[in-house]
Amino acid sequence: MIQVQGLVKSYGYTYALRNVDLEARQGQFLTVVGPNGAGKTTLLRILATLLKPTGGLVRINGLDLASRSADIRRHIGFVSHQSLTYPKLTIEENLTFYGKLYDVPAVEERVETLLHLVGLTARRHDPARTLSRGMQQRLSIARAIIHQPSLLLLDEPYTGLDQQAAEMLRQLLQTITTEARTVVMTTHDLQRALDLCDKVAILAKGQIAYQTEDPSLTLEGLRQAYWHHTGGASARGQAKA
Amino acid sequence: MSYISKVLALVWKDVLSELRTREMLSSMLVFALLVIVIFNFSFDLRVDNVAQVAPGILWVTFAFASTLELTRSLAMEMENDCLDGLFLAPMDRGVIYLGKMLGNLIFITAVEALVLPTFSVLFNLNLIRLPLLLTILLGTIGFAAVGTLLSVIAVNSRAREVMLPVLLFPIILPVVIAAAKVTAGILDGVSLAELAHWLRFLVAFDIIFLVVSYLTFDFVVEG
Amino acid sequence: MVQDSRIAALLNWLSGLSMIAALYLVFLYAPTEATMGDVQRIFYFHVSSAWVGFFAFFVTLIAGIAHLRAGSRDSDVVALSSVEIGITFTAMAVITGSIWAKATWNAWWPWQQEPRLVLITILLLLYLAYLMLRAFIEGEERKARFAAVYGIVAFASVPFTFMSVRWWQSLHPVIFEREGMNLSPAMLTTFLFCLVAFTLLYFTLLLHRSRLGRLADEAEGLKEELRFREGGSV
Repeated sequence: MIQVQGLVKSYGYTYALRNVDLEARQGQFLTVVGPNGAGKTTLLRILATLLKPTGGLVRINGLDLASRSADIRRHIGFVSHQSLTYPKLTIEENLTFYGKLYDVPAVEERVETLLHLVGLTARRHDPARTLSRGMQQRLSIARAIIHQPSLLLLDEPYTGLDQQAAEMLRQLLQTITTEARTVVMTTHDLQRALDLCDKVAILAKGQIAYQTEDPSLTLEGLRQAYWHHTGGASARGQAKA
Repeated sequence: MSYISKVLALVWKDVLSELRTREMLSSMLVFALLVIVIFNFSFDLRVDNVAQVAPGILWVTFAFASTLELTRSLAMEMENDCLDGLFLAPMDRGVIYLGKMLGNLIFITAVEALVLPTFSVLFNLNLIRLPLLLTILLGTIGFAAVGTLLSVIAVNSRAREVMLPVLLFPIILPVVIAAAKVTAGILDGVSLAELAHWLRFLVAFDIIFLVVSYLTFDFVVEG
Repeated sequence: MVQDSRIAALLNWLSGLSMIAALYLVFLYAPTEATMGDVQRIFYFHVSSAWVGFFAFFVTLIAGIAHLRAGSRDSDVVALSSVEIGITFTAMAVITGSIWAKATWNAWWPWQQEPRLVLITILLLLYLAYLMLRAFIEGEERKARFAAVYGIVAFASVPFTFMSVRWWQSLHPVIFEREGMNLSPAMLTTFLFCLVAFTLLYFTLLLHRSRLGRLADEAEGLKEELRFREGGSV
């Protein structure tokens, strides 16, 4: 479903991604972990067609990103750090607006279904800016799946959520990850990373340092792999001093 | 057609948002009135001077109010990264340009519609005349056509507020000159036939810059 | 590289010699103008500077379009180099134009009589806006793209500005006006030679400045590679 080969992203002379190779099959839940600055957001934004790669090959659903990004957008839903919703419009108006942009047939019904799914029916006529962070995330997810995309991208969705909200989010994610939908999620919370996922990859300094589909991987195992592949920076820092 | 319905959805979204709080419109209106008052005292207008400086004051006011609107309109898309939301949608980037441009046009003309009668009353001039209204529309289209494109650039810069006027004003100077000339001509009772070349000039400017902005818009929004 | 430095050397010599020759022509060869006297000689430099100012803007346009189509860093370097050179010559044109105006109409800035001076100044403002854009946009890729787009829009506005400023004072639309000065053959020769000399100078400066830009880029690239190898930043 997703094929990434030799992906490079550079800005002038800084490299955000160097030679990334990654794959995810249809229906897989892939989590990408890594320290800040590793390039997780950049990777996700490239998959979302918001950024253009500098080099390498990216295929989503068999379509080449470089030439068919407009078509690819129909199949993608993106949940980023920001909610992407208009603060002065109501929840319902926000969803209806996006429904129209995505050519969703029977928009009203679809919005109705989504409001119910994410548990925001009671707040439908409230302006988006009155929502708590947890509710914003749920609205964001509703927005991202309004057109029933086969690929869902989530950029550190648990950030800023309290326990309760995080639990609601987890349940929602469980509901919407189906056989037909591939999910790629980035996070730096290793426990959340293992939970729900089929595959884990560690991104460090712009490269995939480690990836596995091993179902028996424990949290401790992941922790060790993580520190092994990302601890290098501090070790080198010490050597310099 | 899906393309047009998306453009209209964008415009409707902007209008609806603004109607909720009317922040932008009210600040533009207050700003415009303040500019007029300041000009009034700076020039120490007496009755015989007014018709001479009125066109200039009017168009400077419109130009400044427009930059205010253009910056605010795009700033609204930057909140919560909504611009990304638009880019994610499976549609031609041109939809975003046209949608924002029409929205900008509507808001700027709305403020102009309020400023014009006020101006007429304050300076005792009859400005509510069809040829003049047409000129104002043509001039505003020029502002909105280039302004929408440049506001995307400006809003991505570090000196957001001052960037747009710096980029925009040298480019729309021909519009201000032409529009002020026609306004002055109409107030002086010059026949439309004699002002026709200025009007054709405005139409040409509008067409050319709508096309150029539409075509280059893709390049200011790609990742 | 060898080919490169040969062209550079050739241009250096050509422009150096032609500028010296131009100086000779302007100050010693060209006859003194009847009404204005020696001050008139500034005309040769003024028009040549203005010509380079506009030509440089045109080169920026072409480089910008090339950049948008292929995204190469070189085209952006050329665009920026052309702007830097262009702004210098345009500033010179404004200053010499003002001196010329003072001599002709006894006013440093005769708005009515010299719409072309206004036009050159607006060109200067467009250049300054371009540089300001580059200064305040972050991210190399975006900076180059935005600048290229602005270059296109700005260039498209020049004919309109030219026409509107021209028509501003007159009641009837005027496109072309005859020069209010009669040039003797010697003056004409001097004038044309100056244009050529200045153009050569422009290309020489462009070549050097572009090369400088490219080398600076390479240096940045090498620094970045080093940083990565040492395991530092991303």
